[in-house]
Amino acid sequence: MKKNTQWEYAPAPEAAKIAKIAKRYDHFINGKWTPPQSGNYFRTINPGNGRKLSEVADGNDADVDAAVKAARAAYEGPWGKMSGRERGKYIYRIARLMQERAREFSIIETLDGGKPIRESRDIDVPLAANHFFYTAGWADKLEYAFPNRKVASLGVAGQIIPWNFPLLMAAWKIAPALATGNTVVLKPAETTPLTALKLAEIIADSGLPEGVVNIVTGAGSTGAAIVNHPDIDKIAFTGSTGVGKLIQQTIANTDKRATLELGGKAANIILEDAAIDQAVEGIVNGIYFNQGHVCCAGSRLFIQESVYDEVIWKLKRRMRTLVVGDPLDKNTDIGAINSKEQLKTIQKYIQLGQEQGGEMYQPKCKLPAAGNWCPPTLFTNVTQSSVIAQEEIFGPVLAAQSFRTVPEVISKANNTPYGLSAGVWCDKGARLFQLTTQLEAGVVWGNTFNQFDPASPFGGFKESGFGREGGLHGLAAYLEM
Amino acid sequence: MDRLEILKTYKLYINGKFPRSESGRYYTPEGRGGKALGNICQSSRKDLRESVLAARGALGNWAPRAAFNRSQILYRMGEMLEGRRAQFEDELKQQGSTAAAARKEVETAIDLAVYYAGWCDKYQQVFSAVNPVSTAHFNFSVYEPVGVVAAIAPENSALAGLLGTLLPIIAGGNTCIVLASTGKPLSAITLAEVLATSDLPGGVVNILTGDRKELLPIFATHMDINSLVASDLTKTQIADIKQASVNNLKRIVIHKEDVSKLEDPYAILKTQEIKTTWHPIETSIAGGGKY
Repeated sequence: MKKNTQWEYAPAPEAAKIAKIAKRYDHFINGKWTPPQSGNYFRTINPGNGRKLSEVADGNDADVDAAVKAARAAYEGPWGKMSGRERGKYIYRIARLMQERAREFSIIETLDGGKPIRESRDIDVPLAANHFFYTAGWADKLEYAFPNRKVASLGVAGQIIPWNFPLLMAAWKIAPALATGNTVVLKPAETTPLTALKLAEIIADSGLPEGVVNIVTGAGSTGAAIVNHPDIDKIAFTGSTGVGKLIQQTIANTDKRATLELGGKAANIILEDAAIDQAVEGIVNGIYFNQGHVCCAGSRLFIQESVYDEVIWKLKRRMRTLVVGDPLDKNTDIGAINSKEQLKTIQKYIQLGQEQGGEMYQPKCKLPAAGNWCPPTLFTNVTQSSVIAQEEIFGPVLAAQSFRTVPEVISKANNTPYGLSAGVWCDKGARLFQLTTQLEAGVVWGNTFNQFDPASPFGGFKESGFGREGGLHGLAAYLEM
Repeated sequence: MDRLEILKTYKLYINGKFPRSESGRYYTPEGRGGKALGNICQSSRKDLRESVLAARGALGNWAPRAAFNRSQILYRMGEMLEGRRAQFEDELKQQGSTAAAARKEVETAIDLAVYYAGWCDKYQQVFSAVNPVSTAHFNFSVYEPVGVVAAIAPENSALAGLLGTLLPIIAGGNTCIVLASTGKPLSAITLAEVLATSDLPGGVVNILTGDRKELLPIFATHMDINSLVASDLTKTQIADIKQASVNNLKRIVIHKEDVSKLEDPYAILKTQEIKTTWHPIETSIAGGGKY
């Protein structure tokens, strides 16, 4: 008798039909669904099967201008005059409405972006709602947040968000802007516009005054229209370091404020006394969470030499159990790569990693025929100078290196222009804090990785950007002090 | 017979030493009544680079020091300033101040040192946070120095404005390179003598004199400077440094020269990064008890 040594999971798909997706979406401007001035729409597709989900308005300068005018009118009108307490009540309402429709939102997030339903259900959507709920309470308490300062809102915030956490990033941007009394023009990423548009439905249902939140869809040129618009007071951008630098250059001769949350190449450091099995879970969560489409992903693995073989062996064993495939299946660990372009980028790096002498490991897994897929990938025999150890790949690709001493790993970990996040696995408190205090990163996880919370500030050092989102400190980004 | 006065040679302050500019260049700014203030070093790109090296080297000594120790050193600066009141007043007068204004500026400067000495070990307590996350984690956010800071000192307030720029930077554990007022450089150089005798490790503060227009773009593009703090720049200059500093995303801080607002703990925060640390908390309880 042949024994099956590995459990096979029966499919457990979430019901796609629960998601109410319209055939076509217009911009959400001044509280109304507004067709694009150009009359053009573009398709948004399900990366899990390549099929069209809907089509959305392609925003141009005129659309952005209309949105900014609406935001300005709302700022100078009802929203600017409203008390913090009343503002907060609207934000609480939005949080509650999101919680009520959480299941539908999770499904749409997974359909449009390709992330596993387990993640959108347990992380993206509840965290997004919690962000509104947490931040709402600050609206009437700002004088306690910044002692001895009289703070004031900035005006109209232009917000541009990426495709890796579409709804969560919208929440991170909109909630603090509203709590601090600003109004918003937000552009979701072109490959994942749907949950932001569903959020617009909730915003309309909440009775938020018209024009306080405007959502304009489109690609890079729509984002550029926001960055260039003369009547925007603040730009909040999450995305690549390249685009972030371009934005900073573009607004250099204006008075616009900016917060930039950019790329990363986080070190995940395993010391010899770490709880190895837990560390392996942390490595997997660090890099394969959300297909590695995470700016703070633990994409550089540093293992102390004495436990190197054990960690790599256990990591490969764990990688073989990861389920890659249908994002709507509740068993899926790694969903679809967000777009064909991103898949090509990842494949280019995998190719480069091999050409530069890296040893590649990918577990055998059955991949669906249609859609964009990349199995979890591990590179060993990587050097500091390898491209895959230096550049952000934004995919499920991990580059492992070994080290001998703590000072050595600190200098290796910090040897990058990025500084968004880092992880340390170690059983000894004194050594753990030696590392956490010396790693140049805005978020450091000790014996954990990829944890997020609305009360916890997030943002980078160095070329990973500036400004914080979340927590008390995230409010400062939207206030004049 | 009259005794001949010894004139002072004004030099730079780099890594705790007083070199001349490697370039051999000098300029002669005019003070009160058009009288030349002296042959002042006109720093070069290479002087600037040497200063950055010194500042980067000193960071590993200064940043991890106990905040209490930094506090004592800043207070010591106040003591040394107090002892040299007459010299600072005299130089301010040479640079064009009235006697009353010079006295007031020196007093403001001394009090500033004491003010920021006190903040060194307090801003963390006031502005850091323990964040009540929903999961079983201990989560806290603290401030850390951004690293090596370039500071373009105010052009007019040669001593108080200079200290108002400098003190928040070093109170927060950063090291820096300061470009002194081009027209009124004497106060900065004499301040270097105070710094050198205040137990401040060499390289924590480096002082250059010279031409703003020449050095600004070099500061802005230097890849090992983390932040650029500047006072009274023109709109064009601000736009230029913002653009030029994009290569390594320097934190740009623009101060408006306002001597009445030099005492401000938020000024310290402007050259700080916020680091958030997470660690799990075990929630299992022996014997299944509750607390």
